[in-house]
Amino acid sequence: MLKCRTVWKKLAPLARSSSTVCRQNVRRAVLNNGRTPAQVPAAHMSTGPAGGGRENQLYALLVGAACLGGGIYAYRTVKGDQRRYEERLSEIASRPHRAAPQETLSEPEPLAAEAAETEGVPAVPAPEPEPQAEPSPEEPSPPAPEAEVVAPSETTEIPPEPTAEAAETPSAESPEPQPEVVAESGGDVAPVASKIPSHARYLLIGGGTASFAAARSIRARDPGARVLIVTDEPDLPYMRPPLSKELWFSDDPSVTETLRFKQWNGKERSIYFQPPSFYINPEELNSAENGGVAVLTGKKVVHMDVRGNKVKLDDDTEIAYDKCLIATGGVPRNLQVIERAGEEVMSKTTLFRKIEDFKLLDKVSRNIKSVTIIGGGFLGSELACALGRRSAESDLEVIQMFPEKGNMGKVLPEYLSNWTTEKVKKEGVKIISEALVKSVVAKDDKLEILLKDGRLVKTDHIVAAVGLEPNVDLAKSAGLEVDSDFGGYRVNAELQARSNIWVAGDAACFYDIRLGRRRVEHHDHAVVSGRLAGENMTGASKPYWHQSMFWSDLGPDVGYEAIGIVDSSLPTVGVFAKATAKDTPKAATEKSGTGIRSESETEDTAVSPVASSTPAPPTVGHKDDYGKGVIFYLRDKVVVGIILWNVFNRMPIARKIIKDGEEHADLNEVAKLFNIHED
Amino acid sequence: FSSFHTKGKDTIIFVTKEDHAAPSSAELVEEDPNDPYEERGLILPSGEINWNCPCLGGMASGPCGTAFKDAFSCFHYSKEEVKGSECMDQFRSMQECMQRFPELYPQEDDKVQQEKSETHEASQSSETAEMSGTDSAPAEDSNTTQCVVHGFLLPVS
Repeated sequence: MLKCRTVWKKLAPLARSSSTVCRQNVRRAVLNNGRTPAQVPAAHMSTGPAGGGRENQLYALLVGAACLGGGIYAYRTVKGDQRRYEERLSEIASRPHRAAPQETLSEPEPLAAEAAETEGVPAVPAPEPEPQAEPSPEEPSPPAPEAEVVAPSETTEIPPEPTAEAAETPSAESPEPQPEVVAESGGDVAPVASKIPSHARYLLIGGGTASFAAARSIRARDPGARVLIVTDEPDLPYMRPPLSKELWFSDDPSVTETLRFKQWNGKERSIYFQPPSFYINPEELNSAENGGVAVLTGKKVVHMDVRGNKVKLDDDTEIAYDKCLIATGGVPRNLQVIERAGEEVMSKTTLFRKIEDFKLLDKVSRNIKSVTIIGGGFLGSELACALGRRSAESDLEVIQMFPEKGNMGKVLPEYLSNWTTEKVKKEGVKIISEALVKSVVAKDDKLEILLKDGRLVKTDHIVAAVGLEPNVDLAKSAGLEVDSDFGGYRVNAELQARSNIWVAGDAACFYDIRLGRRRVEHHDHAVVSGRLAGENMTGASKPYWHQSMFWSDLGPDVGYEAIGIVDSSLPTVGVFAKATAKDTPKAATEKSGTGIRSESETEDTAVSPVASSTPAPPTVGHKDDYGKGVIFYLRDKVVVGIILWNVFNRMPIARKIIKDGEEHADLNEVAKLFNIHED
Repeated sequence: FSSFHTKGKDTIIFVTKEDHAAPSSAELVEEDPNDPYEERGLILPSGEINWNCPCLGGMASGPCGTAFKDAFSCFHYSKEEVKGSECMDQFRSMQECMQRFPELYPQEDDKVQQEKSETHEASQSSETAEMSGTDSAPAEDSNTTQCVVHGFLLPVS
């Protein structure tokens, strides 16, 4: 190859000078014919005498033929290369459309750069799809002839393909980066799907509630927005509360497959926010006419380059973004004693968070005799009640143990926590309070839990519901701040961490203008913060203002909704009336005709206090019966949190009171606003 | 009161209906209708449509979002005597789009369609109130929403 080139190079100057001589001679001959010999300047070339016409003619002929031959050859080669280049381009563009593509991601980018920026995005529909086999045999053949094309074309010496391609494009910009890339892609047949877009205008990391809420918000505000959700779970976005509530109460034996549940009012729905047809495929994201939401499942973002505005996945694919949301949620915490207890104990322990955990626990709970839930908070208590209910039909012993004195000990004031614990016991749960786990061992196919005070509990399976560890894996690579008090990414009141990066949901430690810096792990907060982040990603600059709420049902008789900071260490004022049969979660949803009870609460705005109309049935308030009421949580005499205890559809008023942030002298007067005696 | 006592830092009050009969003397801060931070209903103070209103559910953000926005905008700004009568093209293309996604936009008769749209709202967990027929104080917005959304769904069927 090189030999040819050097030979050609040597011939070239010769050819050039020969052709010049040839031309000059011809001209002279022509001129000579038309003029008197005396006027012609006797110019000489070193190559040959002016006389010796026949020799010259022969020489001229020879050189002419050589020129012509060379010209024809060059023309054909160049044309062939052009054709090959176009074929290759169209082949590559058509690859995403094929079922089992084998192509690296980097390929589209240099080609896009080459093609004078006419094809902005990789997945441009190809003129006609080419079979994949074609370019491969073609690739080895270009090297040889291309070398000879070097002289007439303007490129430098670089391996096959890019040369041809660069020769075609008049703006042959920086061919250097291309060879490595193309060489990579040529040789590397790694199974990296080309269906991952290399750029997403809106990139949402995490596929949970906050992410979905943001996606919807973005799509609503930015017409035609292209949103890419990247999640390491195999599932499309779904809501979590039913996993520890409604799904357990379903009569349908196939519920673990369908993940559908019937609400109190008979309406059925799936835990998935939207069916698969709502979303579009990731590879179609950048070409879809009206944009859409695409979900890339089973991929984890492992690295974030904030300066370069791109992320890297666990398969080394890179995705560039314009705006990014981190909604990575968290991972359930585990007890250290269990982690250290060995394989067998770990295999009989469930950390409950995802769909697969629900499926596993459902299956396991049908086959065992005893299950122990460690943890007395929301999740632990809800699961205990759900399993406790199931124990009524089966032979299952349900134990719940926690360090506090009663259920929800960190949330409810002590008197209410105790009252709640009694209710949970009525659901069939064996409560072991003030329990600190010292060790867990596997023995005789059972688990033995030894408590610090010496009590021993034998069980078949453990569910650990001891808190959530916010996922801040990307903090290091992205250079994002992590909050030391609450955990999670530290963001401002507008949920922004840095330019073009927002955080929402469980992982966000944000500044609440009214209540101060906090991190909230509730479903409605994920919705509210996700929606707010979506708004801010599309140009709004709204702070966290609309206060999120949460709710919990502990069996059909005890349900409450809460808003704000609900911490049992704060001083509280509780105003109660006696509950009638009408004041249960079941009754509330039946009356209001909503599905999930929280729906009717979350978005309402209080216009005026609900006035008393119909008289309630006469009630006799038993001293210790906290049937229904309102509990105010105070911080420096200002109400920062409210629990509506078995009192429903009043959340807008509660929200208003918190928003006002006023000091109220008499909280009983404030309680009147809720009309707790009414339905 | 029926009773009032404290347990440590916690105060517990039991009240009878009579105790709460008199109107409350607690003062609430007056709402600012132009507060930029507040969540808005379907129609913004400027008169524009709030596409991000939870009451719309996924209508403006789904695959038929653009068609829906066109149709609804046309209806909203329509000044005709029969509101939206000049928007038939947009409604038609919206309906065509929706028919392509029966899972998302079930095509049934009117009454069921209303219910389905409610379910659709309900399918966005802990969002919406205005479509679900609650008896909580309806702002003017929500009434308009119900009428409007149901109204423009009618010609589509």
